[in-house]
Amino acid sequence: MTTKLFGEPVQRREDPRLLTGRGRYLDDLGPDALAAAFVRSPHAHALIRDIDVSDALDVDGLVAIYTWEDLPDRLAEPLPLLIPHPALTHGRTAHPLARERVRHVGEPVVMVVARDRYLAEDACALIRVDYEVLKPVVGVEEAAQGARLVHDDVPGNVGAHLVQEAPAADGRDARELIEDAPHTLAFRLDVERSASMPLEGRGVYARWDADDSSLRVYSSTQTSTSVRMAVAAKLGLPLPKVEVIAPDVGGGFGVKIVHPWPEEVLVPWAAMLLGREVKWAEDRREHFISSAHERAQVQFVRVGFDDDGRLLGLEVTILHDHGAYTPYGIIVPIITSTQLPGPYKLGAYRVEFSSVYTNTVQVTPYRGAGRPQAVFCMERTMDRIAAHLGLDRTAVRAANFIQPDEFPYDQGLTFQDGRPLIYDSGDYPESLRMLKELIGWDAFPAEKERAAAEGRRIGIGVGCYVEGTGVGPYEGGHVQITSDGRVHVSTGLTSQGQGHETVFAQIAATELGVPLERVSVVTGDTRRFGYAVGTFASRAAVMSGNAIALACRKVREKALRIAADALEADPRDLEITDGMVHVAGSPGAAIPLATVAVLSNPLRYAFDAEAARATQFAGASSPDRPPVDEGEEPGLEGRDYYSPIRSTFASGMHAAIVETDPLTAEIRILRYAVVHDCGNLVNPMIVEGQIHGGVAQGVGGALYERMVYDGHGQLLNASFMDFLMPYATEVPKVETAHLQTPSPLNPLGIKGAGEAGVIPVSAVIASAVEDAEGIPITRMPLSPSELFDLRRAAS
Amino acid sequence: MPERVHEITLTVNGTVRRVAVPGRRLLSDCLRHDLGLTGTHVGCEHGVCGCCTVLLDGEPVRSCLTFAVTADGHEITTVEGLADGERMSPVQRAFAECHGLQCGFCTPGFLCTVTALLRENPAPTDEEVLEGISGNLCRCTGYQNIIKAVHRAAELTAEES
Repeated sequence: MTTKLFGEPVQRREDPRLLTGRGRYLDDLGPDALAAAFVRSPHAHALIRDIDVSDALDVDGLVAIYTWEDLPDRLAEPLPLLIPHPALTHGRTAHPLARERVRHVGEPVVMVVARDRYLAEDACALIRVDYEVLKPVVGVEEAAQGARLVHDDVPGNVGAHLVQEAPAADGRDARELIEDAPHTLAFRLDVERSASMPLEGRGVYARWDADDSSLRVYSSTQTSTSVRMAVAAKLGLPLPKVEVIAPDVGGGFGVKIVHPWPEEVLVPWAAMLLGREVKWAEDRREHFISSAHERAQVQFVRVGFDDDGRLLGLEVTILHDHGAYTPYGIIVPIITSTQLPGPYKLGAYRVEFSSVYTNTVQVTPYRGAGRPQAVFCMERTMDRIAAHLGLDRTAVRAANFIQPDEFPYDQGLTFQDGRPLIYDSGDYPESLRMLKELIGWDAFPAEKERAAAEGRRIGIGVGCYVEGTGVGPYEGGHVQITSDGRVHVSTGLTSQGQGHETVFAQIAATELGVPLERVSVVTGDTRRFGYAVGTFASRAAVMSGNAIALACRKVREKALRIAADALEADPRDLEITDGMVHVAGSPGAAIPLATVAVLSNPLRYAFDAEAARATQFAGASSPDRPPVDEGEEPGLEGRDYYSPIRSTFASGMHAAIVETDPLTAEIRILRYAVVHDCGNLVNPMIVEGQIHGGVAQGVGGALYERMVYDGHGQLLNASFMDFLMPYATEVPKVETAHLQTPSPLNPLGIKGAGEAGVIPVSAVIASAVEDAEGIPITRMPLSPSELFDLRRAAS
Repeated sequence: MPERVHEITLTVNGTVRRVAVPGRRLLSDCLRHDLGLTGTHVGCEHGVCGCCTVLLDGEPVRSCLTFAVTADGHEITTVEGLADGERMSPVQRAFAECHGLQCGFCTPGFLCTVTALLRENPAPTDEEVLEGISGNLCRCTGYQNIIKAVHRAAELTAEES
């Protein structure tokens, strides 16, 4: 196949429209739609005594006001718990509009629909909700004490409790091995809350077609197929009468995988009820207080190791704050627990978590999804061991690495997909070698000394991770070649800027042997593809990429068979080059795919020149066989699914050099190096972009971003003025190197890349600051004032 | 009681547009919802993220912090007005070439900001580029390729002038 586009840094096909203002994001649609706005709870914990809407009724342009009491049947029930788990014994979800009680600031209480958003907010401001304010539960430790309850029927505020044990080969458990180890350490680590914070908030726009009794919903979501099923179920509509489309989406990073959000069922319901188009676009404050956060954990670590720093046993106890509700189950602490081992052989491992309720915004996955906390824990442990033994930090890591000849490697745990945690491939020693060379690890001590002589404090840090990517259960792809020679590819999962239109087109063009320009890709539109899981867990390229490749192979096989008939050749001798099917090595006898597409359909009305042309190839059909023979279908198209046995494991190692100001304690990242292994690269330019963006979010989590709740459960920094996301001035230049260890699990040999960049950054920065300062770093993020306080406490 | 509206005249991307807006209508909402120019995006509505940046008489402003009525009689350039017909501007082409965008939501604000930056300073240093774009948030790219794109846009502009 000569049309090799797989692996090339092809420029993005999305860009021309996004660069010229022709993107279609949620709030760009439906210019004539009515606007919805919400009255949200100002209290973290309260009973609703009364809702008085009388003043709001006078607002010009008001159309409707709804409270929980107005909701019919299934809409009045709590929203679904998407991912149940046996350990989640006390899962709780919210009602779309609060029923009797609110459990966090920002919980929706009343929905208002009006002619435009200004008027809808005018009406909201005039609605009086009488609350009986209750004392809230704030902070994971207060929750764990259980003195006050978020849900009356959840004792101790504990939603879930899970223990996983992976004993050593000889059957001894972690506690026993730690007791007997030559060296042991015990310490506590803290990670604060942050959030996905896409620059486009959530949003929903619904059109009800009364003539057709059908509903079309646009949502800024990471999963349109599942929103569709949720909407159909909640509104009691037949599934074929509901279509959901994810238009251009302005970033997701996890928060938009949760579904259905209250607004995703309420807005379509109002559109049906009113017979009018209705739209809601989340504003920034709403996003802060009513979407989702992540990260917050407290971790208690006990580790036993030998004189070389080899792990004998590791025991980690995690307190995880999941906020007021658990719509997304306990995926985040499960991932923390199971990704904590990273590239290492742990000896024996015991991990236990309690996931607790607090009167704060719910916690659901944010890029990395529990892994940044896991890696922070493991890598801080590695640095502690190195410090305790006086060994080089990379030497301790190397002593514990799983070796290249040990794959597949079974960590003896159950992963987020409910399947055994078995690493498929990797080369961790090579990765570390490349990283040390890239950052200049061995030369750093001299550099540090020189800096010290100038009165400067610099430090170097390192962090390693393994990331399970491409979790199942499946994705599908559909490929159709039409009689104009165009290739139409669709897959059900969605896009939020990852460049799927480009990479999936590269895969299809490579598989089919057609020019890239001829391929178009549609994602996240249930009119085109109905079955999908969604875009999260670094799974889109692995899952849909392989599904599309498999679908292309089916289509290619059919095209060759039809062309072989027409050319009177053996299909095994045929190739496709630049959209022409020809005998290998003999370009003379050729037939365009466009013509093959015509031949694939026995109904050949001469709508276009291609159909007319095709008649010269069409042999006489046999009078003894039906025109569409058994097992055949008209048309040149194919559909296939990719469903992996288990996840594929990408990995990477990062290193940073930081400088801390001796006076102000300001922390500056001087260099940042990444070695990344996501198997075969479909488009290296796009993979690099994913790494850059991930590292930037990691820098935010390491040094700037936190959700500051006060004792009343008020989020004090719910704006971009006070929640500090990195600007260009805060993000270092990222130096990257790629290692490619193909996955043996999928036809394309690829692993996921979307989340990788963010995962080890907090660990790396903590390692580097600790090296610069000589003070143990146990909490992230780390602000200059906190570092200043640490210095004072240490001196 | 219906809101009082004001008749204003804006020259948007070279075209004179007359529109009636309430006094409180934001310029961002006026451009997006009254004039249908949805390329200008709204990311925070409190002037921090820079997604809504447009050029007002050639200068970058936050259209979410500007009342439409205060732009009466002024010239506005939005992302829709940067290209020369079908040919994208050097800044737009440089962003494509350098992979300076992912989800594209913040991009119109960056494009307007950088267009003004390069007009003032056709060959900025690294420091000047950082300073120039330090009022715009991007959650996808980590900025590295945006910085590269600004330098590339400067090159393209120089080559073509």
